[in-house]
Amino acid sequence: MSNPFNRPGLRALIGVRFREFFREPEAVFWVYVFPILLATGLGIAFRSQPADRLPVGWALWTGSRAELLSALETDSSFKVARFEDSAAAAAALRNGQVALLVIPESDGVRFRLDDTRPEAAAGRLQVDDALQRAAGRTATIETSDEIVRERGSRYIDFLLPGLLAMNLMGSGIWGSGFAIVDARKKKLLKRLAATPMSRADYLASFLLAQLVLLVLEVGTILIFGVLAFGVPVRGSLVTVAVVCAVGSLAFGGLGLLAAARPRTIEGASGIMNFIMLPMWVLSGVFFSASRFPEAIQPLIRALPLTALVDALRAIMLEGAGLVAVGGQLTVLSAWLVVGFGVALKVFRWQ
Amino acid sequence: MTRPGALRIQGLHKIYKDVRAVDGLDLEVAVGECFGLLGPNGAGKTTTIEICEGLTAPDSGVVEVLGLSWGPNRDALRRRIGVSLQETQFSEKLTVEETLGLFRSFYDSGPSVDQLMQQVQLVDKRKGRVGQLSGGQRQRLALAVALVGNPELLFLDEPTTGLDPQSRRQLWDLIAGLRSEGRTVILTTHYMEEAERLCDRVAIVDRGRIIAEGTPRELISRLGAEQVIEVSMDGDGNATRAAATIGGVAGVLDTRVEGGILSLRVERLHQSLPGLLEALARARLQIGELRTHAPTLEDVFVSLTGRHLRDE
Repeated sequence: MSNPFNRPGLRALIGVRFREFFREPEAVFWVYVFPILLATGLGIAFRSQPADRLPVGWALWTGSRAELLSALETDSSFKVARFEDSAAAAAALRNGQVALLVIPESDGVRFRLDDTRPEAAAGRLQVDDALQRAAGRTATIETSDEIVRERGSRYIDFLLPGLLAMNLMGSGIWGSGFAIVDARKKKLLKRLAATPMSRADYLASFLLAQLVLLVLEVGTILIFGVLAFGVPVRGSLVTVAVVCAVGSLAFGGLGLLAAARPRTIEGASGIMNFIMLPMWVLSGVFFSASRFPEAIQPLIRALPLTALVDALRAIMLEGAGLVAVGGQLTVLSAWLVVGFGVALKVFRWQ
Repeated sequence: MTRPGALRIQGLHKIYKDVRAVDGLDLEVAVGECFGLLGPNGAGKTTTIEICEGLTAPDSGVVEVLGLSWGPNRDALRRRIGVSLQETQFSEKLTVEETLGLFRSFYDSGPSVDQLMQQVQLVDKRKGRVGQLSGGQRQRLALAVALVGNPELLFLDEPTTGLDPQSRRQLWDLIAGLRSEGRTVILTTHYMEEAERLCDRVAIVDRGRIIAEGTPRELISRLGAEQVIEVSMDGDGNATRAAATIGGVAGVLDTRVEGGILSLRVERLHQSLPGLLEALARARLQIGELRTHAPTLEDVFVSLTGRHLRDE
């Protein structure tokens, strides 16, 4: 590729890519609107808020300790449900309606709970403390709370770089793949192959157009994350841009590879899902990839989506620079070179 | 050596799995000619033309386009030829103008997009999406796309298949115009009328080989017949019986029965017709309809292969 600015064929091909993209409303939806809807939904579900009032059951059938019951009911930390009937109480405990059941007895109280449930074990301590205080225990040392809710440690902060990376994977792989298979089916590829068009230019036009569309895509998701949820971007925007560009190109290369041979949309979909599915599961978009066994960690780290997710989290949440994410950039570049090179080699023009 | 022709093919073979698509085909086309490959569907026309376009590699044989072979001259040849494939669908989301602009960008020189739209009469569809064009408009767009590099040699694969008669005639005029601009045109068709109207010479292709070649006039006169008489009878049985009773009719070169139609190639109409009618009357065979026409390439094909050329 000599002077990239003096290639009318390449320029025209890139122009066609833009037109075809923006004249396809579904594509615009999946690339720009869908990630925002997803982030909104997940952001609302996992929003940070004061801990809910702990649901506690109170057994009435063993005799009453009215003063303890009213102490619990006036405490804003608890939501107390009274049970006349032991079977109803057991059901509420079983289905999680109450975290634990308090059973008053003549000489004290008994807690009934499932200790494998985190909220039950923690709730037991809380209820016990409240009851002891109500019964007259005084604190031996004075304690006080200082609440810190730091940006960057919430679930949405963890999630947003992952969603951004996943979206780049989706648009990179679907974006070029379908257009190519469609053109092959229509014999348009064959017709193009009969012209002096550079075949590398044709494939490159998909990647280069993607780079431009990327600015909008990344911009939309980032601005949304920052404005709606206050997600931090601690590293420099230039670093974010470089990593997104390399990541997007790597997925674009994989998309070209997926579309290099198949003659039908169905065939291409199968290959693309085969490529993406392991990454959706393994690459740590929704939860940390370190939960997987140590033995397969090297494999997970070599996946392009893992590299992109890790790099974006490091930049946005920890303020990492380009050097710090050099390893991930190397992984992504390798996928780009291999994907594009093999795709060009094995590409079926007929 | 003489000036290289537009196309020279020798001993061309191409086998797909177990089908001999092209089976020893030889062909020469001179510069400035309009040459037609005529044959039924599946005769090997498209395979042959796609080998000439450098899109398909032959199993064996020599192919020289404009005096050059494909391997080392790939790029040079692609600049000098124009191609219209069978059934290419251009991107439906682009306009006529954008489609032409895209293809024009691959060539260093050639007519402007405006000139091209004018030439194929698509100026008023300039901003129209390709998806909205009629069949005839799409074929004219395909023709314009073939012309973007101002080619010396044009390959048109079934340029009018599936079009209504009016659109077909419009394309014929355009193609005739290209030939008169001095370009060499090689087209495939299974319409006799198209070959007779457009082509200086035709080759009749059947089962991957050329079974006859020459100007349409030559091929027809090779039949030795001046006229063809067709008599439609009530069923093949009657037509066969009729064929048996007319042995003595003067000037009949050949008789054939197909689809309840008895067809005779005769030297002179006035010589054979009275005898034919008399023989049929004597055998008490009812005539449905009687037609006569000057022989066409269709008759040539039928006489060579015993089959009709028409659409399946």
